[in-house]
Amino acid sequence: MHDQGKVIAGIVIFLIVVLFPIWYTGAFGDFTPPNLDPVTDAKECVKDKATMTAWHMDLLNEWRNDVVRNNDRGPVLIAGKEWEKSLTRTCLGCHGSYRKFCHKCHTYADVKPDCWQCHVVPEER
Amino acid sequence: MNALVSLLAVLSIVVIAFLGAGAGLEVLFGVVLPYAAILTFLVGFVLRIVKWAKSPVPFRIPTVAGQAKSLEWIKHQPLESPYTRRQVVLRMALEVLFFRSLFRNTKAELKGGPRLVYGADKALWLFGMIFHWSFLIIFIRHLRFFTEPVPALVTGVEWVDSFFDVGLPALFATSVLLLVSLSWLIGRRFLDPQVRYISQAADYFPLFLIFGIASTGVLLRHFAKTDVAGVKELGMGLLGFSPPNLGELGLSGLFYAHLLLVTALIAYFPLSKLMHLGGVFMSPTRNLANNNRAVRHVNPNPQPVQVHEFEHWKEEFKEEIAEAGYKLERD
Ligand code: HEC
Ligand code: HEC
Ligand code: HEC
Repeated sequence: MHDQGKVIAGIVIFLIVVLFPIWYTGAFGDFTPPNLDPVTDAKECVKDKATMTAWHMDLLNEWRNDVVRNNDRGPVLIAGKEWEKSLTRTCLGCHGSYRKFCHKCHTYADVKPDCWQCHVVPEER
Repeated sequence: MNALVSLLAVLSIVVIAFLGAGAGLEVLFGVVLPYAAILTFLVGFVLRIVKWAKSPVPFRIPTVAGQAKSLEWIKHQPLESPYTRRQVVLRMALEVLFFRSLFRNTKAELKGGPRLVYGADKALWLFGMIFHWSFLIIFIRHLRFFTEPVPALVTGVEWVDSFFDVGLPALFATSVLLLVSLSWLIGRRFLDPQVRYISQAADYFPLFLIFGIASTGVLLRHFAKTDVAGVKELGMGLLGFSPPNLGELGLSGLFYAHLLLVTALIAYFPLSKLMHLGGVFMSPTRNLANNNRAVRHVNPNPQPVQVHEFEHWKEEFKEEIAEAGYKLERD
């Protein structure tokens, strides 16, 4: 093999770079997912759990557009129940903690909603 | 035909993933195949590099495009004809990061009959740059699924990439750029007759594969969402060698299609032309200094060099040559 030293150094650098997620997380973090507690006495969310997990931002987006752009504040009927179209009063009125629930999951998935530049996070319960 | 075979291959990967995930084979597609693909990638990549490193380089053969270092009063062009290691590294960096040699790409065209016209052709360079840089940024963005805590660099890249803040979640500029540049690269192979003529299935397949990955990715982010936190649970589980219970996670069929396409890309990587990722560094026309006159380059072949002389060759292939009806000039 020609330039043995350089080739081996190159391969080692390659392996360090591709295996970055493993050694980085092993050294500084944790491979286990966070424990999510919805912090509520209710049994069910606005929609079923799977839909909420994947689509809650669209639900909020819809409500926001209705209220802010179409001046349609009326309650929405979802699965026989009426809900007020509100980020703070509905979602965080039932989910008692932004930190322990929404934020924990968002940090895990590296999502940074900019809603809180204007909206106020209610007091934690 | 080549294109059709490749397209069918990519489509069948998608169909297989949908069917498999629906039939309760999540563990196969979510755990077993990804591990096998990553192992293939790592071992295959290293073996390829070692194999290349073992081929002897009997002489320094940098391809140069400018004045070599010579007498003092002749101006040396260090980036075109590097003389020291520093200059080689600089030239290599420009090549790897900015595809400098492709920037010189020309095209030859027959204009109005027998007039052959040469012209600059920067489009391939431009779309190649867009494609590769978008791919790199998307790769870095995906580290959010494979690191905990997510490094600031990843978050920063996401922030810059979603700068236009269109939609919720925001559309990434690179998602669009990748699809546009890929379409151009595919279109080039279809529409340019010369390029179409030399295009193999091995050229179409990676393009279609990456197109499939990008489009399923865009669908997953914007149109057919799945549990993103669950996806990260799978990613982190794989890295920590304790994959989660995939039946409970309930990730969508489209996600498994995205994953199987990526799995195929990873496994295919070291076996294909995509190895130019490592190959560009191993290329003796790029990584050697043009200093033959100053530094002795010892031929690494065992001495005396084993040669295959013309007479031997003629003897060895006598029948084949006769069969093909060739007339060898020395006869
Ligand atoms: C009436 C109370 C209530 C309201 C209002 C409510 N939630 Fe929920 N939410 C729950 C409960 C209870 C769960 C747990 C459901 C389960 O585990 O089946 C939940 C689950 C969720 C989940 C899934 C968590 C996971 O672990 O995957 C998300 C995301 C969520 N809610 C977001 C929201 C958002 C956004 C809103 C506002 C649109 C909202 N919730 C409004 C009670 C509520
Ligand atoms: C630039 C400031 C700003 C930002 C950022 C912002 N909002 Fe709002 N939002 C408003 C204002 C102002 C209203 C109108 C309040 C009213 O009229 O009651 C509103 C109303 C809403 C409403 C309906 C009323 C209510 O009580 O909640 C929803 C839902 C909503 N926003 C969701 C969001 C979400 C989700 C985000 C983040 C993705 C967000 N907003 C970001 C300013 C903002
Ligand atoms: C199970 C994890 C989880 C929980 C719990 C959760 N979210 Fe999210 N949320 C996400 C993910 C993941 C995204 C981004 C999806 C993506 O990047 O495609 C998101 C996106 C959002 C967005 C859009 C932000 C953007 O810029 O894209 C808003 C707004 C939001 N969540 C609000 C909430 C609120 C309010 C709660 C608490 C009531 C909550 N979420 C709880 C996982 C969660």
